[in-house]
Amino acid sequence: MEVDQLQRTFHDYHASLFNEGFLDEQFVQLQQLQDESNPGFVVEVVSLFFEDSERLLNDLSKALDQVNVDFRKIDAHVHQLKGSSSSIGAQRVRNACIAFRNFCDERNIEACLQCLQQVRQEYLLVKTKLEALLRLEQQIVAAGGASPM
Amino acid sequence: MGLAAADSQFHVLAVDDSLIDRKLIERLLKTSSYQVTTVDSGSKALEFLGWHEDDERNNSSEETSVSPKNHQEVEVNLVITDYCMPGMTGYDLLKKMKESSSLRNIPVVIMSSENVPSRITRCLEEGAEEFFLKPVRLSDVSKLKPHMMRTKCNKDDQKPENLEKQEINGEEIQSVLQLQQQQQQPSQTSNNNNNNNTNKRKSMDEGLSPDRTRPRYSGLTVMSN
Repeated sequence: MEVDQLQRTFHDYHASLFNEGFLDEQFVQLQQLQDESNPGFVVEVVSLFFEDSERLLNDLSKALDQVNVDFRKIDAHVHQLKGSSSSIGAQRVRNACIAFRNFCDERNIEACLQCLQQVRQEYLLVKTKLEALLRLEQQIVAAGGASPM
Repeated sequence: MGLAAADSQFHVLAVDDSLIDRKLIERLLKTSSYQVTTVDSGSKALEFLGWHEDDERNNSSEETSVSPKNHQEVEVNLVITDYCMPGMTGYDLLKKMKESSSLRNIPVVIMSSENVPSRITRCLEEGAEEFFLKPVRLSDVSKLKPHMMRTKCNKDDQKPENLEKQEINGEEIQSVLQLQQQQQQPSQTSNNNNNNNTNKRKSMDEGLSPDRTRPRYSGLTVMSN
């Protein structure tokens, strides 16, 4: 049956995201907060994370491009991104942010630029994975199955 | 939904500048059956709580039972706030609340993404009930109830004193007392003069039918602060 197969695919994919460190326990907490009365909770929070992250990555890009780099501002942005990635369980993004903040403290522009690249890369990776996971969920529900979330 | 049902639901005010974290804490609290209001800053929190600059000078709360200044639109049983916020930090908010005669009894919980021991002790010393590390989980939220229960119990103890004030204004309540408590009424008046809470509670509970009178007293109690 198609639903069963989709469920299995979801289960395996979901497990791999944790094994590869993209997601941590916090994402499971999010899933636990979703139920029949709030079926779109995970999608909602994940979407907010995407919007938030893209905005912050743009702001960081601009801030590092200035003649006089304001490291306090950059640190504030990274702090925010670290917070939101932590809140949804995007572990690798969060870790990249921690590294970024250390170089902010050192006021090292070159290193910060590299960190930004790293954070952006991790963000794009987890975004792709989360979108795939959510699409799988959609397919299961569309095929008449219960949400595996 | 009668007054009794509303009375038993706790209302939490959550303060966080991050939209994602507001969504999260709201869901965590609603899942635990609390009523939730979220705001994105400390100043908005104070506004919601009905805080006014005058509160700090107005320390005698006895006469404020009918004063519109300290009237909270909605009763808040607990405030949970992020520490790191632009403008007013969670610590600043905590401090302001503790300095206010009308707000100091509302339990405050601080949340922070950073595990800084000196920050934690500072908040606890200022009167925060708990300090949660983010991301906050359901297991953290389950620790909130005892703090809210404690405040509710304090309000229960105040009920007889409010009764004394309200008897003058509330004819309905007075007639209920006269019908059901003819013998005890003189002793109730003298008990009120003694300001003995325990005795008053007992004499009230003995004769009065709970479902008629208790919900009313709860409604009045909110205004008295």
